[in-house]
Amino acid sequence: MSLELIDGINKIHTLLTDNIEATWVSLIEYVLVGLGFLTLYALIALFLIIFERKICAYFQCRLGPNRVGPWGIFQVIADMVKILTKEIIPLKHNDKLLYYAAPFIVIMGSLLTFGGLQFAEGVYGVDFNVGVFYLLAVSSISIIGVMLAGWSSNNKYSLIGAMRSGAQVISFELSACLSMMAIVILGGSMNLSALMAAQEDAWFIFQSPFTWVALVIYLIAAHAETNRGPFDLPEAESELTAGYHVEYSGITFGFFYVAEYCNLFINAAIGTLVFLGGWQALHIPGCEGFNAVMDAIPSYIWMFGKTLVLIFLSLWVRWTFPRLRIDQLLHLEWKIMLPFSLANILLMAIWVIYFK
Amino acid sequence: MEDIKKLLAKVAPGKEVAEGTQYPTIELEPNEVRAVAKKLKEAGFDYLINLTGVDYTDALGTVYHISSSTNKTAVVVLKTKTADREEPVLYTVSDIWKSADLYEREVYDFFGIRFIDHPDMRRIFLRGDWKGFPFRKDYNEVNDTPTTNVNIDSLETLPSITLDKEGKIIEKSKQLFGNNEYVVNFGPQHPATHGVLHLRVSLDGEIVKKVDPNFGYIHRGIEKMCESLTYPQILPYTERLDYLSGSINRHAFCMCVEKAAGIEVPQRAQYIRCIFDELTRVASHLLGWGCMAMDMGAITAFIYGMRDREKIMDIFEENAGGRLMPAYSIIGGLTKDVVPNFQQTVSDFVAYMRESIKEYHTLFTGNPIATGRMHNVGWLTKETAVALGTTGPTGRASGWSNDVRKLAPYAAYDKVKFNEVLRNTDTCKGDSFDRYIIRLDEVLESLNIIEQLNDNLPTDGVNVKVPAIVKLPEGEYYQRAESARGDFGVYIKSDGNKNPYRVKFRSPCMTLISALDPLCKGEKIADLITIGASLDYVIPCADR
Repeated sequence: MSLELIDGINKIHTLLTDNIEATWVSLIEYVLVGLGFLTLYALIALFLIIFERKICAYFQCRLGPNRVGPWGIFQVIADMVKILTKEIIPLKHNDKLLYYAAPFIVIMGSLLTFGGLQFAEGVYGVDFNVGVFYLLAVSSISIIGVMLAGWSSNNKYSLIGAMRSGAQVISFELSACLSMMAIVILGGSMNLSALMAAQEDAWFIFQSPFTWVALVIYLIAAHAETNRGPFDLPEAESELTAGYHVEYSGITFGFFYVAEYCNLFINAAIGTLVFLGGWQALHIPGCEGFNAVMDAIPSYIWMFGKTLVLIFLSLWVRWTFPRLRIDQLLHLEWKIMLPFSLANILLMAIWVIYFK
Repeated sequence: MEDIKKLLAKVAPGKEVAEGTQYPTIELEPNEVRAVAKKLKEAGFDYLINLTGVDYTDALGTVYHISSSTNKTAVVVLKTKTADREEPVLYTVSDIWKSADLYEREVYDFFGIRFIDHPDMRRIFLRGDWKGFPFRKDYNEVNDTPTTNVNIDSLETLPSITLDKEGKIIEKSKQLFGNNEYVVNFGPQHPATHGVLHLRVSLDGEIVKKVDPNFGYIHRGIEKMCESLTYPQILPYTERLDYLSGSINRHAFCMCVEKAAGIEVPQRAQYIRCIFDELTRVASHLLGWGCMAMDMGAITAFIYGMRDREKIMDIFEENAGGRLMPAYSIIGGLTKDVVPNFQQTVSDFVAYMRESIKEYHTLFTGNPIATGRMHNVGWLTKETAVALGTTGPTGRASGWSNDVRKLAPYAAYDKVKFNEVLRNTDTCKGDSFDRYIIRLDEVLESLNIIEQLNDNLPTDGVNVKVPAIVKLPEGEYYQRAESARGDFGVYIKSDGNKNPYRVKFRSPCMTLISALDPLCKGEKIADLITIGASLDYVIPCADR
């Protein structure tokens, strides 16, 4: 399908260039691509919400939503309509500008990341030469929104939640980046297309044992960055009621909610691209027949399939484990994961020098 | 009994031990109470079970039920009263028995008796601007429904009184929190306070410096209502105290009335009551386990607990009609006999539950995050537990053997073999993990009790005929029972009428809440929640 999609896009492009000026064409195309990403963003969030509700229901011996539509799949549409129509309750004595800006910053952070991702062979917004760096950089913007939300709500719970969030996300960002740096050493590039090309014969996890260490560290760190259990301290329901977004209602809360699910997708997608071969099929060098069969499966199925596996892992962890305490969380990062990821980079470099 | 009488003669020379009462009782003048109390404590009576205020119409007084953590079956009763109804003052015992702290505040709230040198004479359940003292027999004030919020600052001034050298009363006051303290309200609407408890928590970053519980959001004046109800009418209210051990409370009240009225309950009814008590305990501990897991963020565990608790609710519904509150015990027995397949259902449940407990251990107990959150958090030493009167699983987790089923067996508990589950008897310390694991162990022990009772169910009827209007002979009656949270007690003072003169329920939960401050000092916010969950209090029981 991805090739047909590209064909279709090319047809639109030709149609436009034949009829209007080149500057206007680029402008219209930017808008169209932006709208495409926004739609994809909303659809992924909707899908993940119902996916999580169903999965966690089965973990908990329940059925989950089962009234609206077959298997309750339209429940999430109904919820979306509800949240769009709910009142945004204004607060007194708070910083209005920051308060209303915060949800946009959060959603912007995760939306920007979509531009750098690759969804299938040849389907991506921008192919930066520093793609990995870009992904890491913009996905960290959300934390500013979280901190602003907690600060500007003028609420003690929010403030504690935001401070926890700051401490947590900034700490775990370190491990997430360092674990990816190990892959950059292995792949020899920060460009995502180059990394994809390097994984054509074998995914990175099959290329070096240290990739596994990096993958485990990345999964833990990325999970912590999404603020979901067992790392959901910033919004710890039983302690801080809802943490930094306790004062938000209606669609302003909805933005936080959607961003949370999209960050879940983004982290899994980055993990897939960098560690699990992204949209590359599973290839075994030498087995031509097997490779041909695998290639018959479209690349977007590989990409989304692997991403879903990682998301499922994340849900499994979230719905099984209790929450860490703030000191245990920081202990985990600074005294366990950070030394491990630093050592891993070193070992990976040695591996690349001697075995590659 | 004789030993205790000798002891009483020693600690209170010249005082007569009243004859014909349930426990050895002595009446004291207000200024003698402290001296006797101190001597009693030195003699090992370190556990104040209950402190009840009573309005004798001509005087106002207090009744102290005191027991010991070493000589566990011994109970003595002290009484004192003051004839001054305008400015009644008594001497505090809160420095001798720590648990008296909240009890004396309650007496002040209801009767207006102020306690000299008590550090904190705020009202406990009623609003600060409440007019009059409602438990006095001559109370006829009208309190309008409040239309504005009471300023929270009034919660932060702690009034107290003391005596100067000439014996004159000096009023003092102290601030609860300093000006620069970061105080956060936990509750009354908060997911982890398990009801409408209001905690004022002073924080230093993430670290808890001080916890001040504020009661009364679900105070319904049940004890006051009881004074105008007949004994059978009181029964439904007992289940609404600690709603998670409702049938145990109701059982205790029935026993107290039956003992006073001399009603002999058939063995079958006693056995079934005990089975229901134990099923209630299992249900309560399952909910306690689930809530503790949920407070730590493991929501799946909570659903597992609720799933298995549902089976108990189904047994209740099938036999008694009610689910959370079965409304099964009545004065003289049970409302009706159990259904024919009761024994089979119960034994099936026991087998099922034993397997479920293994699943719980797999899911949660061995989890490194869970153990990391519970180990070495919230140490409660045995001495503190006894001083605070934190009975039940919480006390037993600290090594304090206080199971009323063992030390004062009632109903059919003397006919079954079971162990009192204790933790850390040698180290005498209990952390959150001890309080967590002891509940699962108690569930297993309860299943043993249920199994024994269920296999030997007698066949002599389930109730006896009681008079249409139950009247208790004049006197005071006290009945202890082991509820899911500890030592539940019913105190009835009767003047021979069809209504009780004064009813007091000893709430195990109020003392549990008073343990929050000493346990949480210096721990993190997250630990405050875990410790609160491990104490497993129920607010309607504390507020009454």
